[in-house]
Amino acid sequence: MRELRLDKLGAIIAALALGGAFIAPFATFRANRIVAGEVKSVLDALPAGWSAVLLGIVVCAVAVAAVRSPAVLRLVAAFVALATLALGIGVAATHLTPEGNTYARVSPASGFWIMLFAFGLLAADALTRLRPAPFVRVVVLVAVLGFIGILLLSGSWDGLSILKEYASRVDTFWAEARKHVTLALGSLVAATTVGIPLGVLCHRVTRLRDGLLGVLNAIQTIPSIALFGILIAPLGWIAVHVPGAAAVGIRGIGVAPAFVALFLYSLLPVVANTVVGLAGVPRDANDAARGIGMTDWQRLVGIEFPLAFPVILTGIRIVLVQNIGLATIAALIGGGGFGVFVFQGVGQTAMDLVLLGAVPTVVLAFAAAIVLDAVIEMASPNTRQAEAA
Amino acid sequence: MIEIENITKRYGESTVVDDVSLTIAPRTVTVVVGTSGSGKTTLLRMVNRLVEPTSGAIRLDGEDNRALPGYELRRRIGYAIQGHGLFPHRTVAENIATVPTLLGWARARIEAKVEELLSLFQLDPASFGPRFPHELSGGQQQRVGVARALAAEPKVLLMDEPFGALDPIIRAKAQDDLLAIQKHFQTTIILVTHDMEEAFHLADRIAVMDKGKVVQYATPAEMLLKPATPFVESLIGAGERPYRLLAIAPVSSAVEPGAAEGAPISSAASQREALAELLWSGRDALPVAGPDGAVIGKVSLEGLAKRAAGPA
Ligand SMILES: Nc1ncnc2c1ncn2[C@@H]1O[C@H](COP(=O)(O)OP(=O)(O)OP(=O)(O)O)[C@@H](O)[C@H]1O
Ligand SMILES: [Mg+2]
Repeated sequence: MRELRLDKLGAIIAALALGGAFIAPFATFRANRIVAGEVKSVLDALPAGWSAVLLGIVVCAVAVAAVRSPAVLRLVAAFVALATLALGIGVAATHLTPEGNTYARVSPASGFWIMLFAFGLLAADALTRLRPAPFVRVVVLVAVLGFIGILLLSGSWDGLSILKEYASRVDTFWAEARKHVTLALGSLVAATTVGIPLGVLCHRVTRLRDGLLGVLNAIQTIPSIALFGILIAPLGWIAVHVPGAAAVGIRGIGVAPAFVALFLYSLLPVVANTVVGLAGVPRDANDAARGIGMTDWQRLVGIEFPLAFPVILTGIRIVLVQNIGLATIAALIGGGGFGVFVFQGVGQTAMDLVLLGAVPTVVLAFAAAIVLDAVIEMASPNTRQAEAA
Repeated sequence: MIEIENITKRYGESTVVDDVSLTIAPRTVTVVVGTSGSGKTTLLRMVNRLVEPTSGAIRLDGEDNRALPGYELRRRIGYAIQGHGLFPHRTVAENIATVPTLLGWARARIEAKVEELLSLFQLDPASFGPRFPHELSGGQQQRVGVARALAAEPKVLLMDEPFGALDPIIRAKAQDDLLAIQKHFQTTIILVTHDMEEAFHLADRIAVMDKGKVVQYATPAEMLLKPATPFVESLIGAGERPYRLLAIAPVSSAVEPGAAEGAPISSAASQREALAELLWSGRDALPVAGPDGAVIGKVSLEGLAKRAAGPA
């Protein structure tokens, strides 16, 4: 029989998960949404059968993680453990909430989060070792999101405090979600439309490059709240003095300054990556394109763009993930988005409400990163071969 | 006809091509040789205006090459760049099809042309057509580069060290193919090389460049018999001269009446090949077979020795 050897990262994961399961509390119970709560261990938070199942699965997954085992097995163990955790927290919520009590709140406690982190790490590590093709990564993402969707729709999480916050804000939640996505994507589209041509211009006109990139770099260093603030005055002035501006929604506060700020932040990565991508096009290919009789435009579209595309996409990926996060701050100046819940929650010291804004933001950013990474890899056919070599 | 007239190119202080004038007859092969950095590539690139000359003019069939927009001019002139310059994101077939596509050829015609060229350069179209350049060896990439330059059947072809990465066997084959293509399409070729063997094999005329100037522009025979400068002489290689002289003339021009023993040599072979065969087989004379295979005379060691002798 093969000797069992300890896996370094796995040992840490195992220690974390065991600590999360047996020492730290699993769920918090509060009589209403703002009072301090009392914490419950796995044994207290779950019905007896459930706690046995959950602890059993955690111990099995920990065993797989701790020793050197095949990556597929580690991945399966991680996903099974994560799924059990997800189901378990829903069960805990129902179990802890007294029948008919609508004020009581149950939320995940430190033990849950530690285990979530530990098994999330295990899954990420296993996926890294497996190096799945880009398409497979997207499939895994869709499967995970699908599983979460089913949990949400089936109502098994309805007892959780974050969903109680959601239940009392169904309409505003989706309106803010739409605003958030529109803000993040809209500013990205605008930045791409303006940034790529600017990048091409910088690439062709060397003197322009340093100046423009310098300005964009400077903008990037302005703290976001300050930038929102700086924009209030000029946009307010435009709203008052330019006929029709106010009618299309330009105001000192609200969506307009948020949009403009995100747009300005997005420009640097797009322009810089376009410049870097175009500069990386092999000299010979460019030379041959000219020598063969392509016009400047044909060379740009047919040779330079396709070759620079993966690098430009990397810029777009940075911008999208950054914008999804930054759009939260737009709420501060009345721009809407998930930030609305975050700042309301902070104001009311209602942690659940903060999470209602934060969790969807994180999930969106994470999903966007995975999807765009996959697209980038698919757009550069040579990279995987280079890695293999 | 290509007329290069007092063409000069300066980069800042340095004169890279210095007052060069050459007249290249239609349907001939002109080979440009010279040390590295002597301005060969620059001269070539001024013909298709990838480099704009500082002064002077170039005319193609009497028409100034500045009469057309640069890109239109370049579609009519095939150009195989130093290195291969293939487009890494396009397949071999797409690379070759580039100019015909730009010119708006019909699809079927393009496909037929791609297949023809790949086969011509000993690359199986079914296997190589769909591959990407990085999946080819250096020599294969180079052949694809030349095929791409030939795709639109240009009347003028500029080639910058096109066979540098080929092994001797494929190189010799590629050279013969090039000559066959040149005869067939009546192409005018300007080719840059560092390989004197290649220069003498392909050239109708050779231009020797040194520090931006053309120091001699002559037929291979003239160059061997009367090198204009010591530089030309050293480039040809003093020890190689008699052999090169024999290499550029066919056996048919050295046939003497009479008979000889042993296997005959073809009258189309070079005199150098005849000499090699004489020395190797230890004979004094070889029978010579005409194109139809009938023996038409002999070629002798003595006769070849006279022909290999330089001017007294
Ligand atoms: N764009 C340029 N700017 C400045 N100098 C240049 C430029 N292009 C070429 N040169 C210089 O001109 C000279 C001739 O270059 P060219 O490429 O024509 O040489 P070559 O004879 O083709 O050399 P090789 O045999 O090495 O290819 C070199 O000294 C080179 O450094
Ligand atoms: Mg050169």
